[in-house]
Amino acid sequence: MNRPLHSFLHTLVIVVVLGLFTGQASATPDIQQWQTSNGARVYFVAAPQLPMVDIQVVFDAGSARDDGKSGLALLTNGLLAEGAGKLSADAIAERFDNIGARFSNSALRDMSVVSLRTLTDKKLLTAALDTFATVLQQPTFPAEALERVRNQMLIGLQDEEQSPGAIAEKSFYRALYDHHPYAAPSGGSSESVKALSRTDVENFYHRYFVTRNAVVAIVGALDRQQAERIAEQLMQKLPAGEAAPALPAVPPLAGAETLHITHPSSQTHILMGQPGMRRDDPDYFPLFVGNFILGGSGFTSRITREIREKRGLAYSAYSYFLPMREQGPFMLGLQTRNSSAAEAQQLLHDTLVSFVKEGPQESELIAAQKNITGGFALNIDSNSDIVQFLALIGFYRLPTDYLDTYVARVNSVTVAQIREAFARRIDPERMITVTVGGGR
Amino acid sequence: MLHTKILRLTVALLLLPLAACAAVPAAPTTETLLDNGMRVIVREDHRAPVVVSQVWYQVGSSYEYDGITGISHVLEHMMFKGTAKHGAGEFSRIIAENGGRENAFTGNDYTAYFQQLEKSRLPISLELESDRMRNLLLPPEEFAKEVKVVMEERRMRTDDNPDSLTYEQFMAAAFQVSPYHHPVIGWMTDLEHLDVADLRQWYQKWYAPNNATLVVVGDVKSDEVFALAKKYFGDYQPSTIEPPKPRNEPPQLGERRIVVKAPAELPSLIMGYQAPSLHSTDAPWKAYALEVLAALFDGGESARLARELVRGQQIAASASASYGLTDRLGTLFTFSGTPANGHDIASLEQALRTQVRRVRDEMISNDELTRIKAQVTAAKVYERDSVFYQAMQIGTLATVGLDWHEADRYAERINAITAEQVRAVAREFLIDDHLTVAQLDPQPIDHQHPPASSGMNPGAMR
Repeated sequence: MNRPLHSFLHTLVIVVVLGLFTGQASATPDIQQWQTSNGARVYFVAAPQLPMVDIQVVFDAGSARDDGKSGLALLTNGLLAEGAGKLSADAIAERFDNIGARFSNSALRDMSVVSLRTLTDKKLLTAALDTFATVLQQPTFPAEALERVRNQMLIGLQDEEQSPGAIAEKSFYRALYDHHPYAAPSGGSSESVKALSRTDVENFYHRYFVTRNAVVAIVGALDRQQAERIAEQLMQKLPAGEAAPALPAVPPLAGAETLHITHPSSQTHILMGQPGMRRDDPDYFPLFVGNFILGGSGFTSRITREIREKRGLAYSAYSYFLPMREQGPFMLGLQTRNSSAAEAQQLLHDTLVSFVKEGPQESELIAAQKNITGGFALNIDSNSDIVQFLALIGFYRLPTDYLDTYVARVNSVTVAQIREAFARRIDPERMITVTVGGGR
Repeated sequence: MLHTKILRLTVALLLLPLAACAAVPAAPTTETLLDNGMRVIVREDHRAPVVVSQVWYQVGSSYEYDGITGISHVLEHMMFKGTAKHGAGEFSRIIAENGGRENAFTGNDYTAYFQQLEKSRLPISLELESDRMRNLLLPPEEFAKEVKVVMEERRMRTDDNPDSLTYEQFMAAAFQVSPYHHPVIGWMTDLEHLDVADLRQWYQKWYAPNNATLVVVGDVKSDEVFALAKKYFGDYQPSTIEPPKPRNEPPQLGERRIVVKAPAELPSLIMGYQAPSLHSTDAPWKAYALEVLAALFDGGESARLARELVRGQQIAASASASYGLTDRLGTLFTFSGTPANGHDIASLEQALRTQVRRVRDEMISNDELTRIKAQVTAAKVYERDSVFYQAMQIGTLATVGLDWHEADRYAERINAITAEQVRAVAREFLIDDHLTVAQLDPQPIDHQHPPASSGMNPGAMR
């Protein structure tokens, strides 16, 4: 538990990674790409200014691969640093902390991510990589650690049950994806987490933590040869294995569905949506730029204007597409005091209806394009930004010139394309709607 | 999948080590004072063609008093509601049109506004900030809507979040006289009774060039930024700023305990000891020794709380420690945590108290001290990866009344701390009579999950 909020922002900033990811030919980083000798794909950007390096290793081993054992991907990911080779969890933690290296890991629906940030001083770098490679290649999944991490996951689930926002999001995904692997949260449910075994974890690790299922992203003060050696070292003891199979396509919704969950909160959280788009969706640019105008650009978006600026109904009101391997959600959301819930929900829906029907104004499109393209440099102004983008480009197999062509593609979007794409893809009368609250 | 992230800028950012490192010299940073008393601090960082511009006002919730709590933050919201030159929402529209990002934040000791832009657009940001420093309109109809937005913000962040609610009650118990007693967002009753006249007064009282610091970090030249600052802010007359009365917290005369009952699933615990901040102490080394102590407990996975309470004894599902180094007034050294399954709040509290006794009784090991110093050294390099973070550090220090050069001396200060000094501050400040304990006592949540209704009827939407 971190120290609770102390400072209050004018508005919540909702960043959908790559949603705001924009590009322009002049200042894009030089992305180098190759494969390790055993088949892992590597993406590298040299950043000589600071004596540090960021590394992300991403496996196609998110919770979409749980295969009915919900929570397995997260448990496996969470156990990597709890014992590896001859090292205990304490020893691993000490080895990173002793040299100021930062290790982190996470598992979401598509990706399982393992990250390292360290100084590039030779001695420190060698020590950090040695421990990092051991964690990636030789996790021992000690039974004691498994029970402890399982308990932490169960506590995490309880924590979500006291948050109306978290309850709404989980219920929304469940209703939206039904039997699709994206339906379950990566944290699983208390029943599924209790049922996970050490054998499940070992099998999952051996199946998915293989080089043909891996992407290595490196940004830092290294030359190409050093980066090549590091990638080899991190992947060398992993088997080549096989890439994870394709996920099933997301079926369209059968019809509208509404779900209300009573919660003793002063606000009602409202989420509405449909299956949205894939990362490699042919409609990506019209939908992304269109949504930017609808609800993706904070104060200048229609939803914020209608809900917050004109009526003061909510602190945060937004819409977004979350592009994923298969269709991620298209989601609209807000939270408002219980007595305003019906009014706000209606307004949110009306705003969507009129956008889908009429499309944006030409002036709105121009403003959006200026916003997206004019701030390009901000998206890649740090190593931590760039390494995330490398991981994303690698994981979703986007072309390495993706950044170079991005601005042109945003600028080529027309009002007619947005109107056409929204009309074809978004049906406001066929939405999942989840409301949580009303109990106080 | 890299998922939706809700970014919250909290002062927790500043609880990360500030640090300093021999490997990377501090970026050239220069300061000037305009004739009207406005401070301008520029750090040149030429890694990327971007700039962050922040205007910091020396006012925040700790400047407020009973009846108008939350006013600094509401005013911060109203700063986006227009001047004669730029109507409501225009500020945001112009920044967006220029590819920028902007926002603002209010803390106990400051109110700050920022823009992040491609470097050539800095003048646009300074012109807009200059305009709203002196020419805010505060239209009543905009206020009526915006104060409702802030009430929704309060409901979302605090009222419906049992941990935040507990923290708010905890602070109110720990501080009786100090204005850290009341929350930044304000008590709901005060928000309900705030009016435009209150805001106008507050704006006139604090928004002046001689109560502001402009911090610019990025791919800029300091001379050029100084010239721009002079051009856009230099013509304003200074105001007479009456500093707030001290409102010093009197010595605590015994342990305080409170219970917060709220709908929740998990119990949680907060324990805070009264402690001086770097600004309020007479001996800066004590503040840095408290920083080392916080790192000893919570500086990474090898620190004592993770190693001994989470992994070793498995009493805590999570546990953390923090210290308000950069607070303007006397602060707290705080522990918080959630018990692991099969343990209760009482056993978690006992385990934390045992930890506290140990640092009072025993010196911390050489290994631990060396590790903390290595982490600080590395952090000093890592922080250079973010121009925003660097600007935050400078702005915070300058605004709470510290020398911002402390940011560059941080590692040096930490490196000078000895095991004896760490034990000395533990003995001086982590004492039972100066402790406030708050516990969240979860009340049942009665979820009703009615079956989902399906159908094509759009009427089902409502």
